[in-house]
Amino acid sequence: MSSALDGEPVPPDLFASRRRRFLAGRGGVVASAVSGVVVIGGLAAVFWLAPGGATVRYFFFNPHFMWQAFVGDPSKGFYSVGLGLLTNLWIFAVAEALVLVCGMLIASARLSQSPVLLPFRLLSTAYTDVFRGIPILLVILMIGFGLPELNLGYVSNQSPAVYGCAALVVSYSAYVAEVYRAGVLSIPHGQLLASRSLGLSHGATMRRVILPQAVRTVIPPLLNDLISLQKDTALVSVLGAIETTRAAQIYSSTVFNFSGYAVAAILFLLLTIPMTRFTDHLIARDRARRLAGA
Amino acid sequence: MSEVVLELRDVRKRFKDHEVLTGVSLALSRHEVVCLIGSSGSGKSTLLRCANLLERIDGGDIELFGQSLLDPRVDPDRVRRHIGMVFQSFNLFPHLSVIDNILLGPVHALKRPRAEVRAEALELLGRIGLATRADDYPDRLSGGQQQRVAIVRSLAMRPSLLLLDEVTSALDPTLVGEVLDLLTDLARQGTTMLVATHEMGFARNVAHRVAFLEGGRVIEEGPAQEVLDHPREAATRAFLERVR
Ligand SMILES: Nc1ncnc2c1ncn2[C@@H]1O[C@H](COP(=O)(O)OP(=O)(O)O)[C@@H](O)[C@H]1O
Ligand SMILES: [Mg+2]
Repeated sequence: MSSALDGEPVPPDLFASRRRRFLAGRGGVVASAVSGVVVIGGLAAVFWLAPGGATVRYFFFNPHFMWQAFVGDPSKGFYSVGLGLLTNLWIFAVAEALVLVCGMLIASARLSQSPVLLPFRLLSTAYTDVFRGIPILLVILMIGFGLPELNLGYVSNQSPAVYGCAALVVSYSAYVAEVYRAGVLSIPHGQLLASRSLGLSHGATMRRVILPQAVRTVIPPLLNDLISLQKDTALVSVLGAIETTRAAQIYSSTVFNFSGYAVAAILFLLLTIPMTRFTDHLIARDRARRLAGA
Repeated sequence: MSEVVLELRDVRKRFKDHEVLTGVSLALSRHEVVCLIGSSGSGKSTLLRCANLLERIDGGDIELFGQSLLDPRVDPDRVRRHIGMVFQSFNLFPHLSVIDNILLGPVHALKRPRAEVRAEALELLGRIGLATRADDYPDRLSGGQQQRVAIVRSLAMRPSLLLLDEVTSALDPTLVGEVLDLLTDLARQGTTMLVATHEMGFARNVAHRVAFLEGGRVIEEGPAQEVLDHPREAATRAFLERVR
């Protein structure tokens, strides 16, 4: 009596290959250490030994010039790259707060149901389509050079940094609105049905059932957008606002050394890395929670 | 059996160009249990959702205690506070504890005092043997426990009738019994229920009447035993053959 599914009477060989066994045991630790040294050491060697290596180190990573760029010296015609970061920071802080609120308003308009709100629904849809489609740099240029031309008194008499900040808000609100909306739409329809069948209104359902669940799914993508907002404060430099990138640019064209750019890059990393780590931590925690639920 | 609680008259419902309900008529009296049977896709869920205005109907009329629900002055939220609904997939709110799931409707829709409703909710939970789980989150409960909590959640609204949509279909077979037992108890206590189900045993033993839905209409209805044992229509007979 044998069928196609009957196996051999004795399983032939159930052992993993020697290589697999080596990597699964202590060998794995050794292997990752060796590969780490080889890869990182290799990259360092290329950087150190390349024909132009010394030149690059001198022009981009010279500690003396880096420090000089960091502290700045207006008497010699260049600004502090370090102090420039304060401009990036306030632009980010203001833009972030406004983006989170505006994004929420736009998303609510798009998700509204009432016939009375139809015009807002159409406007908010058009808004997200338009501003997700235009490169941020263009929005910054149009607002930064357009509004002052309008001669609108207060509106036309702001500093470049303010226009840049406004442009970032305009652009990022469109992205963040879509993040919020996706979060709300990710909640199963049954949740809405269950809440409405209890006699809760649409508003109460949003407030007590949908949004509390949506917030959880929305936080990681939201943080991702805020990280890129942090970096994009550098774009405001095209309007002439003296922020970190602009200060580094001025330094390099005054002193003919690019080490200021390395300083600016390091400063941005110091800002963004804690946030990227935190975001990854939240994502991992969410994943663990989902795996535990399944 | 006299006072009519819910009456559907020639109800029609279409999705795009697919007419799902083509003229359903059905009445439910006080203390009555009616089982709605029919193959998958025959429109049972759609019918139940229309009955508590979760779907807008395209024709016919729905009356609750003799009052038309299509009257423009009717507030659907108020209607739904009198009609409990339980779903195949439980739909408990995962971010709220068991007790908060139960309190949500009475506190936020009926605006009743929290402490008062809480005492009632705990007493209801006690009746299904889950009083000690009040502060757990739904994902800590088995499917059968979750579905019983969902039933209690709708009972906490003190509804005039319950709509149940295949409430045991998503359950592990070993857990179906505890949910059907609870429904049987409710039926004994005189709860008015419209039950979409594939559980023919439950229909036979508990339902007063059975309605068979096909082609978007109720094509046969009558006392449970009669319809299930001596169906008049060939379609009903064919369906019962298939589910046996
Ligand atoms: N929201 C909807 N949009 C489009 N079609 C739907 C929708 N809900 C149900 N239907 C269709 O209506 C028919 C009846 O579905 P349903 O009421 O769920 O049947 P049952 O509960 O008896 O299985 C199916 O063909 C289904 O595809
Ligand atoms: Mg169904």
